[in-house]
Amino acid sequence: MIDNGWDEFEIGAMLRSFDGAVKDIATTLQEDRPYSKNNSFTASVADWRIEKPVFNKDYCIDCQFCWIYCPDISIISRDKKMVGIDYDHCKGCAICVEVCPTNPKSLLMFEEKMDEDEALAGWPEKENKEK
Amino acid sequence: MSEMKKIKNLKEFSTSADRFEGANLLCPGCAHSIIVREILNATNDDLILSASTGCLEVCTAVYPYTSWDASWIHIGFENGSTAVAGAEAMYKALKRKGRLKQPDREPKFVSFAGDGASYDIGFQWISGCFERGHNIMHVVLDNEVYANTGGQRSSSTPIGSSTTTAPAGRVSYGEKQNKKDMLAIMAAHGAPYVAQVAPNKWKDMIKKIQHGFAVEGPVFINAMSACTTEWKFLPEDTIAISDLATDSLVFPLYEIIDGTKLNITYRPKNVIPVKDYLGAQGRFKHLFKPENKHVLDEWQKRVDEKWEYLQRREEAGV
Repeated sequence: MIDNGWDEFEIGAMLRSFDGAVKDIATTLQEDRPYSKNNSFTASVADWRIEKPVFNKDYCIDCQFCWIYCPDISIISRDKKMVGIDYDHCKGCAICVEVCPTNPKSLLMFEEKMDEDEALAGWPEKENKEK
Repeated sequence: MSEMKKIKNLKEFSTSADRFEGANLLCPGCAHSIIVREILNATNDDLILSASTGCLEVCTAVYPYTSWDASWIHIGFENGSTAVAGAEAMYKALKRKGRLKQPDREPKFVSFAGDGASYDIGFQWISGCFERGHNIMHVVLDNEVYANTGGQRSSSTPIGSSTTTAPAGRVSYGEKQNKKDMLAIMAAHGAPYVAQVAPNKWKDMIKKIQHGFAVEGPVFINAMSACTTEWKFLPEDTIAISDLATDSLVFPLYEIIDGTKLNITYRPKNVIPVKDYLGAQGRFKHLFKPENKHVLDEWQKRVDEKWEYLQRREEAGV
């Protein structure tokens, strides 16, 4: 056995999230980060889904409720705007659809294999709330 | 002292770059990652984190993957808090000796643990950290059950809940003991800041977390984490259930400063009956049988009494 110092690790005892040095991760957006192959960002849970959320930007008011309540960091928001959905990491829990406040909703669940254009074409009309 | 991140509204908050990654193995609709995201995004400082054994630990560190973009220690069931406290002690020692490589950066020390690892198994360790006064934050992801191992009761499990070790059936209405008042216990340690938070009230949560980061000394945060698997509701209802919990005052949101001064931070406009909250979850469905009506009544009575107590404490300011 090799005698390690107090600040050395056995091989495999430590995983690095990034390749190389990262200066300030809290201000670096995901697309600019040098993710290593050990970061779960490089993996996918897309096969967990039975239904997928589809985003219709025509009705979105950029309230960001979906962004804050998404458990899987799958709502991509840039410059205070909702941009789209990260289908590699979305597990299809539908919280984003539930918290969407617009009428009609700007996020809805559709079958996983459904085409996105088809889903957008069949988007429901504005609902008149009964008084 | 590093500067506090300014978060005025949700749009501004949404420009944060997450330091918690997707493709972790938490259940779809799990509130754990919502809470973790809100806490990590509340600061731009470097983070030193740990997680005690529980859902969060086993789901975010499945070899060869890690879901954390910060220094994160994978450690035992009981000693997540002491691992972070040790790191904090080392930081202080190196700082005193002037041997820090980046002396201008002040990291924040946070340990995450489930209710099992905080209320039961890690209690002695947490108590020790608070007694020694380390500058750390301990966050409990309180889902009121040992969800990772299949839903055994913990001392956080509330009365009437059906768990695998306290199942409801012909002779029993489930869990007999009521939830331990952990906040009062931690406040009694004389901790500078103790608070209860819920992920659906994100603004209240960010405010409390930032206050917790700003104070010197140990901080205890009890975060309600609705568990879709063990509380038995649909994954998309996580936020709806959390709303029910805070609006029915089952989880009142309050803080205790310096072990004495209690502030209620959220007063629902319309307080809803406790049975609306209980009825939305599968773990309480047996309580709606006629023979278990006394448990429902007791629930409402306990919640009312607790709310009354909190208001008296707030008024008295002691």
